[in-house]
Amino acid sequence: MKISLTINGREVSADVEPRTLLVHFLREDQGLTGTHIGCETSYCGACTVLVDGKTVKSCTMFAVQADGASITTVEGLADNGQLHPVQEGFWERHGLQCGYCTPGMIMSAVGLLQEKQSPSEDEIRHAIEGNLCRCTGYHNIVRAIEYAAAKMRGEEPPPPDWEEEEVSV
Amino acid sequence: MTTRTGRRSVQGGIGESTIRPDGVPKLRGEFMYAQDMHVEGMLWGATTRSPHPHARIVSIDVGPALAIGGVHAVLTHDDIPGPGLFGLEHPDQPVLAGDVVRYWGEPVAIVAAEDEDTARRAAEAVVVEYEELEPLVDAEEADARDEVFRRMKIRRGDQEARGSVVVEGYYEVGMQDQAPLGTEAGLAVPDGNGGVDLYATSQFVHVDQQQVVEALGLRPEQVRAHPVGIGGAFGAREDVNLHIHLCLLALYTGRPVKMVYHRGESFTGHVHRHPARMWYRHEADENGRLVRVEAKILVDGGAYASTTAAVLANACYFAVGPYKCDSVAVDGVGARTNNPPCGAMRGFGAVQVCFAYESQMDRLASALGMDPLELRRRNALATGDRLATTGQVIDTPLPVVEVIDSLAAMPLLVDEPGSGGDLPGGSGLTTEPRHVRRGVGYALSIKNLGFSEGFDDYAQARVRLSPEGAIVETAAIEVGQGLVNVLAQIARTTLGVSRAEVRHVDTSRIDSAGSTSASRQTQLSGGATHEAARRLRQRILEHYRADDLDDEGVWRGDTLVAAWDDLVRDGWEETVTFRHPPTEPPDENGQGKMHADFAVAGHRAVVDVDPELGLVRVLRVDTAQDVGKALNPESIRGQIEGGILQGVGLAVMEELVLDRGRIRNATFTDYLLPTILDAPDVEAILIEQEGSWGPFGAKGVGEPPTISSTPAVVAAIRDATGKELNRVPVRPQDIALEEEVAR
Repeated sequence: MKISLTINGREVSADVEPRTLLVHFLREDQGLTGTHIGCETSYCGACTVLVDGKTVKSCTMFAVQADGASITTVEGLADNGQLHPVQEGFWERHGLQCGYCTPGMIMSAVGLLQEKQSPSEDEIRHAIEGNLCRCTGYHNIVRAIEYAAAKMRGEEPPPPDWEEEEVSV
Repeated sequence: MTTRTGRRSVQGGIGESTIRPDGVPKLRGEFMYAQDMHVEGMLWGATTRSPHPHARIVSIDVGPALAIGGVHAVLTHDDIPGPGLFGLEHPDQPVLAGDVVRYWGEPVAIVAAEDEDTARRAAEAVVVEYEELEPLVDAEEADARDEVFRRMKIRRGDQEARGSVVVEGYYEVGMQDQAPLGTEAGLAVPDGNGGVDLYATSQFVHVDQQQVVEALGLRPEQVRAHPVGIGGAFGAREDVNLHIHLCLLALYTGRPVKMVYHRGESFTGHVHRHPARMWYRHEADENGRLVRVEAKILVDGGAYASTTAAVLANACYFAVGPYKCDSVAVDGVGARTNNPPCGAMRGFGAVQVCFAYESQMDRLASALGMDPLELRRRNALATGDRLATTGQVIDTPLPVVEVIDSLAAMPLLVDEPGSGGDLPGGSGLTTEPRHVRRGVGYALSIKNLGFSEGFDDYAQARVRLSPEGAIVETAAIEVGQGLVNVLAQIARTTLGVSRAEVRHVDTSRIDSAGSTSASRQTQLSGGATHEAARRLRQRILEHYRADDLDDEGVWRGDTLVAAWDDLVRDGWEETVTFRHPPTEPPDENGQGKMHADFAVAGHRAVVDVDPELGLVRVLRVDTAQDVGKALNPESIRGQIEGGILQGVGLAVMEELVLDRGRIRNATFTDYLLPTILDAPDVEAILIEQEGSWGPFGAKGVGEPPTISSTPAVVAAIRDATGKELNRVPVRPQDIALEEEVAR
């Protein structure tokens, strides 16, 4: 089936099999391998992208359903090489380790911050409850999103919260 | 500029929470994970797996698979050009099953085809006729039939010693999965001369390379294993799985072959944490001092050896925990069954026994009417003491008392039970605040760092100078823990330069860094980097009769005697193989110096429980951890927070459920991993004490967070409910249906 859509601001036309999942279309046809696959059962959220501004797990959607839509993947976030504030937050606040869940986490955070400028910690947690991370324990991911929210409001991000915790015996 | 005023302090050196250099490509979606690799003309591989836990293979017909258009190869046991066996410690596992399959999901045939779908269809089209055999799935029965990988016997001290206060207990630990978010994936590329380059998910590329060579009867120089980007590991990538299959298919077809396991296949395709059954008897005097500890430890190794022998040994060596005791008897069995093979997972045997001995310590405290932390303080092991089990004198810092005191001094920082925030059961809204009961629990742990029992454990690293600064070359795997940070930090501080980065090289270009496991790379590869950088600096200074090196070059007093570019042109480099202090195998009573170093940690958990519904919410897990020297405090905190959550997972939700050898929940829908809503708050105290042999006195930090967090959570649930809870994970029915015990 022929589809036309916008991916990261770029017009794309393609001929896809009806059974092709959006995530496979992005990774294999479009070479956008920043969108990851962790479980194939729409549980882990590693494949999260924005479809017309809404966060979607791209393994739950066929490519043909994206016909006419505007898709943003992690590759489309940086602006002329300048990291998106959410990307910057994850870097500055150690919000990643292996990094495999990170693109999906980032897209969920971007989706949240488009809707809420000043989310509470509880709202942040609920916004990424559908994204699994096996490395970090999630704390720094919350800090990363708080950093990004502050940046996007034009405020100074809160300082990192780790310096005072060490003691020497 | 040829003059200067004095030596600047190096930016990005040890002790700083430097930001990870691989962060930007990972954040931009540009980091190359094994799943993302692509080369022109590559084929896709897939695996035909046994649907039975134990069966005789009567016949295999590959014809229907080969008849599918686009299929290039369908290979079975008969097509393997070498011994066809692999294994980390004992090569007992067939690359492809021959006469018999011994576990559910064991590979029987492999396929290479033009695309992934065709490969998977062909793998399903292979017709295998099986004659089902009775599977041995009970570890106790395996023990009785002497189907074992290893038996351990530890006897120390007066075996007749008896205490006045005695507690006995039986404990079980379920089968946990590492569940790294990236599944197994890889690409093998034939070199056209009978050799192959392997790019596959791994924690230890040199041992992958060695197993490919041995299994396929190749010469070592024919196989090169390359470090690649991986989505987590936690022990699951220490054993090979698709590696030999990929090489076999690539060599057979003459084409590059890629393979990616789906999640369900990943659950059968890698080893798991050993389920354990443990029988314990603690005897103490009326002051709470341990007089004798007896334990029997049975771990289920599954169908093949993997690392069962070492996991069992670790479980036995740490069976008493970080406590003094001079009369010990431990018997251990690593059973061979037809269950899925078990091997390495974060904590490696120390996890299972910690749940048992810490439960015992709490029961002992209860029997004595003593505060649980006070009991632990009275028995705390310290530097200069002997490990209760092996008799090894501990000669590196062991701040057990400091861990206890730090935990005791931390404020609890929680509000009233059932107030505000999320209740047990979360959004189900099934719990009423007035039913919620609060509990607090403590646990401590000890574990070895690095490989033990006389294993020649070493790491090689090379430091060289380049126009971009110092380069650390290594084959040590970055699993996400921050190796790329810490090795560069060590190089910066040691050389005295601010520009340093880590570059991974393949097995043909450097000797082994050993495994990224056993919390060992900061100490081992860090030790090699430290020593290489130290020698390189010293050689350069001596050569130029200079007194300092920095980003600009070599200085004699205020004079620059050689610029950085000159040093780069002269090709200065230094390669070092670093070994930790030697260890030895155990004697017939399990005595000896089996370990190079130890780390201790303590955890305090706070939980809210709905006892009627059996629902648990873990509010906090605070910790104090022995780190030697914190080289990158924020990376350590990352290990602590992530490790604690895996311990919480084992405590309340994570278990592979087996039904006569078959995994019943091999999906992320049914194997529950902690989400952010399950993640407790964490406060961490890093305890630094000098004296370990690691670089700058650093200790490994990856495993301790996972070990005692599990028993701390269960202790807190016991505190809230009064239930015995002798098994992890604690399931809702265990809380809701188990009789309350007098405590």
